[in-house]
Amino acid sequence: MTPVLVLASRHDRLLSWDWIGDHTDEIWERTLQHLQLTGYAVGIGFVIAMAMALVSLRWRRAYAPLAAFSGTLYSIPSLALFAILVPYTGLGFRPVLIALVTYTLLILLRNIVAGVDGVPPDVVEAAEGMGYEPWRRFLAVDLRLATPAIIGGIRVATVTVIGLVTVGALVGSGGYGVFINDGLSRSFSTPILVGGGLSIAMALAFDLLLTLLQRLVTPWARPGAGR
Amino acid sequence: MIEDALTYLTDADSWWGKSGLATLIWNHIRLSGAALLVAVALAVPPALLLGHRHRGGLLALTLVNLSRALPTFAVIAFVLPLSYEFGFGLGFWPTFVALLLLALPPIFVNAFTGVEEVDPAVVEAARGMGMRDLEVLRRVEVPAALPLLAAGVRVSAVQVVATTTLGTLVGYRCLGTPIIQGIAERSYGKVLAGAVLVAALSLLTDAAFGVLGNRLTPWARDRGREAKASVQHAT
Repeated sequence: MTPVLVLASRHDRLLSWDWIGDHTDEIWERTLQHLQLTGYAVGIGFVIAMAMALVSLRWRRAYAPLAAFSGTLYSIPSLALFAILVPYTGLGFRPVLIALVTYTLLILLRNIVAGVDGVPPDVVEAAEGMGYEPWRRFLAVDLRLATPAIIGGIRVATVTVIGLVTVGALVGSGGYGVFINDGLSRSFSTPILVGGGLSIAMALAFDLLLTLLQRLVTPWARPGAGR
Repeated sequence: MIEDALTYLTDADSWWGKSGLATLIWNHIRLSGAALLVAVALAVPPALLLGHRHRGGLLALTLVNLSRALPTFAVIAFVLPLSYEFGFGLGFWPTFVALLLLALPPIFVNAFTGVEEVDPAVVEAARGMGMRDLEVLRRVEVPAALPLLAAGVRVSAVQVVATTTLGTLVGYRCLGTPIIQGIAERSYGKVLAGAVLVAALSLLTDAAFGVLGNRLTPWARDRGREAKASVQHAT
C-alpha cells in the first residue's frame, strides 16, 4: 500500500483527481458489483462447504477426499478457471461466480471441520450428561464453540475473493477490475490506482469487520468480559 | 469445444514457432523461476536473522494479511506504468516485479516462523555446548526451520506460476496468451487448451516442490503440510 501513497504524492500526474471526480457514479456502481459478487460467492460457498463439513464430520473417511478435491480446485489459477468456464456459461457474472465459489470451499471446509474438532471433549461430555440429543448438542454446543474458527474461515475466504474479483473483469464480471483493465488498455494509471486501491481497501475493511465480529461472538475469549 | 482444444493441442503448428506453445511454456517457466529465485534470495536472509533475534513478528503478521488483500491483477497493472517510466518496458519486467511482491511474503513468513519457533530448550542446549551465536543459527535453527521454509517456497512457487499467466495482459508471451487471444477471437478451444496447460503446470509445480520438500526434510512431512495449509492462498 505504501508505494501507492508515495507515488501519488511524488508524481501528481499518475493520479488524476479530475478523472475521479468525473467517475464517482461509476465508482459506486463498480463497488456494488464487487460487493455483490463477493457476497454471493462467499454465501453460496458457505452453504456448500457446510454440507461438505457435515458429511466429513459424520463420516470421517470422507474428509480426506473432499479436502483433496477442493484443494485441487483451489490451486487452479483464477484466469484459467474463468476461461475454462466461459465456453459453458458465456462471458459475464456467471463464470466468475462459479470459480469464486470453488475457491472458498477449501478455506471454509477446513475451518469448519477444524473448529468442530477443536471443541474440548469434556464440554461435549458435559452436554451429553445434561441430556442433549446428539443433533441438538451439535447445533447448540459444537457449532457454537466452533463459531470463531468458522468466522475466521469466512474472513480469509472473503478477503481472498475480493482480490480475485478484480481478475473477473477480464471475462466481463464487472467490479473494480473494470477500472484496472480500462487503465491498462489506455496506459492511464489513475483507474488502475483507483481500482486496485479500492479493492485493497474493501479487503482490509472486511478483514477488520470480521475480526471484530469474531470477538463479538466469543465474549468468553476475553478475560473479564461478557458478564 | 473439447475437440477444438484437442485439435489445437495436437496440431504441430501450435507448438513451434515464435509464439508456439513450446516458447510460451518456456517463457512461463523462465519468468516464474527468475521471480522465485530472487524472492528466495531477498526474503530468506532477513527472515532467518529476524527469527533468530525474535524480532519482527508483527511485520510477519502484517505481511500475511496485506498479501492476501493485494489483488495480483492490480499489482501487475500498477507496476506497468512504473516499469515503462523507468525504462524497463513492457512484458517481462513489470510482471517480474509483481510476481516478486507476491512471492516474498510466504517465503519470508515461513522462514521467520520456522526459526522463531525453534524450541528454546534446544537453542539453550546448543549454546551450552559452546556454539557461537551464528553457529546456533546455522547448525541448529536453520535445519529445524527447513521444513517450514520449504513449504513457504512451495506456496510461493505455485502462486507465481499461476500468476505469471496474467503477464499476458502487459504484453508478456506466456501461457496466458492463448487464453486472452482465444477470448478475443471467441475460439474457445484455444482458451480451454491454454487454461488446461496453466492448471497442469501449477499442479505440477505443487507436486514437484512437494516431493522436493519431502526429500530435503524427510523427518518433517506432516509439519510441512500443516504449514502449507496456513498460508497458501488462491491466485
